[in-house]
Amino acid sequence: MDYFDIFISILGSAIRLSIPLLFTALAGLFSERAGIFDIGLEGKMLASAFASACVAYYTGNAWAGLGAGILTAILFSMVHGFASITNRGNQIVSGVALNFVAAGLTIVLGQAWFNQGGRTGQVPASGRFSGITLPGADMMRDVPIIGPLYANVISGNNILTYIAFLMVPISWWVLYRTRFGLRLRAVGENPGAVDTAGISVTWLRYRALIVTGFLAGFAGTYLAIAQSAAFINNMSAGKGYIALAALIFAKWKPVPVMFACLLFGFLDAFANFMQGKELPLIGEVPVQIFQALPYILTCVLLAGFIGIAHPPKAGGVPYTKER
Amino acid sequence: MSTASVPLPAWINYGVIPLINLILAFFFSGLVVWLIGENPFEALKYLVIGALGRGEGIGFTLFYTTSFIFTGLSVAVAIHAGLFNIGSEGQAYLGGLGAALVALSLDHYVPWYVTMPFAVIGAALFGAACAAIPAWLQAYRGSHIVITTIMFNFIVSSLMNYLLVRVLIVPKAMAPESRTFLEGGQMPKLDWLISMFGGKLGAAPLNFSFLIALVMCYLVWLLIWRTKLGYEMRTLGHSPTAAGYAGMSYKKIVMITMLISGGLAGMMALNPVMGASARLQIEFVGGAGFVGIAVSLMGRNHPAGIVLSALLFGILYQGGAELSFDMPAITRDMIVVIQGMVILFAGALEYMLRPAIVRAYQQITGK
Repeated sequence: MDYFDIFISILGSAIRLSIPLLFTALAGLFSERAGIFDIGLEGKMLASAFASACVAYYTGNAWAGLGAGILTAILFSMVHGFASITNRGNQIVSGVALNFVAAGLTIVLGQAWFNQGGRTGQVPASGRFSGITLPGADMMRDVPIIGPLYANVISGNNILTYIAFLMVPISWWVLYRTRFGLRLRAVGENPGAVDTAGISVTWLRYRALIVTGFLAGFAGTYLAIAQSAAFINNMSAGKGYIALAALIFAKWKPVPVMFACLLFGFLDAFANFMQGKELPLIGEVPVQIFQALPYILTCVLLAGFIGIAHPPKAGGVPYTKER
Repeated sequence: MSTASVPLPAWINYGVIPLINLILAFFFSGLVVWLIGENPFEALKYLVIGALGRGEGIGFTLFYTTSFIFTGLSVAVAIHAGLFNIGSEGQAYLGGLGAALVALSLDHYVPWYVTMPFAVIGAALFGAACAAIPAWLQAYRGSHIVITTIMFNFIVSSLMNYLLVRVLIVPKAMAPESRTFLEGGQMPKLDWLISMFGGKLGAAPLNFSFLIALVMCYLVWLLIWRTKLGYEMRTLGHSPTAAGYAGMSYKKIVMITMLISGGLAGMMALNPVMGASARLQIEFVGGAGFVGIAVSLMGRNHPAGIVLSALLFGILYQGGAELSFDMPAITRDMIVVIQGMVILFAGALEYMLRPAIVRAYQQITGK
């Protein structure tokens, strides 16, 4: 295999690995821009992966699975909202709690229903999102450089992958070009002003969390029935936190979020590829460095060495209406 | 009238409200048990008997309690200064490296009581080191401590993974773990403590770290409520602006608080590493750092409360393990669900019932 082929295959797997990050980071974008910290992204992803795998297993319908995944993630989002908006509880604590509930519940229920050590049953082919060959992919394959790129990286992904990339401009449009988006960003910076304008801070934040749940549901579904064919115990494996890192790395902006997710996905893919291989001059690079790199990069960014990340000002602060 | 500003007596604030929250958490956990077709009351019975029925069970319960006291204190110290240290997990993991390095270098030459103080210092130093960068980022760069401590949990996990797989591993061994420490690098078991009450410790790993944990509880109480630094920490926690006007240095307090918090988390490693397995193992922390959050919240960030709630979680962990033997349909991960419910109800939904309780209290007292 020459270097170009290797590069293409790493790029393909980078795309596949960045999709759950992209959905989750966009999910976090909506809640954090509305002033609600969401540590619970990991839990939402895990719970929706479990729900989508269960429903897809019993119905054999991938879209039903997606629906279940989305509903479950929204449900988790609403609990988060009930705790942190209605009851003005600590958002971090609520997120941590939901992560635990999701991690425990998926295994307990999975074991009780399927009895396979926390796995769900194998989802039939009809219950999965499989690869779509874009028109002309086979024809283009032999064209140098562009051909393999089109056939192996751009084509052949499942529908959720394309939806993920579609969500980026949509999120941008919603956040920056609609009234809802303007208000959402305002409520994350200065909820008092939004309240003064006669708009309900509570309802606005709940709506932001519904969007968060909706997008996180896609992420979980992707993990369970697009990337694999069953729910596997703890299958999100920290991706929710990497997505959170990507969100911060992208300074809470939709288009940079996409690039951050692609970068972190690429690091992951590169780490997989480098496992047990040697680099010229340096020798074997430990894979752990690549695994830690997204977090290290984010910390370096937070230290202010690669520009400064300003979080939404009202983030993490429950809003109390003046009495 | 708003109920938020009505003062409640301490016994309601620190007794009734946590108890009701706990009952709610158990109610919802019971619902899960019932949902999978088992009897929640029977499950609770197995759980309690498993945790407290025999000397060995008690030994295991107190062993888990020890770890949770350390991580609970770690979280609590930070909370008093208004900092949310969610990185106790990583700090404990790195603390394990400190303890193990001391044990590995001294165990050939000296008895355990000489190794012990060095190991305590080593564990605390490494734990504090892990908290140092997030603390610096918070104090000097203004980045959010929650985010950076989460990042450090993962960074430490990768680092330890590398060290155990490549460096500390016994040559030609399969398992990524260090060599077993000799007696000089182990914490002695506390058989005598259990036999004092007529039980037998058996295989339970309850060890000397338990006593260290209790000493730390006392020291943390001294620090928070009886020293100038503790006063400054609490001031900062209540109102950073007030602390600023009083001339307290925000940067200094944040740094010191986080170093202490990380040090306490690091000491948790003494218990599993030197007390139980006598070697450094991969992922030995096993979520105890996160349990610390629940322990601290339940215990209202007070050392006495932390001992009690650590005991509660110790019972859950040990009882949960026994429960999964008695009721195979319920896996050990049921504890994780209960833990999540406790954090949710005792932490995030802490004030959900307060208005109702205030109204009931006003009715009863006739005010």
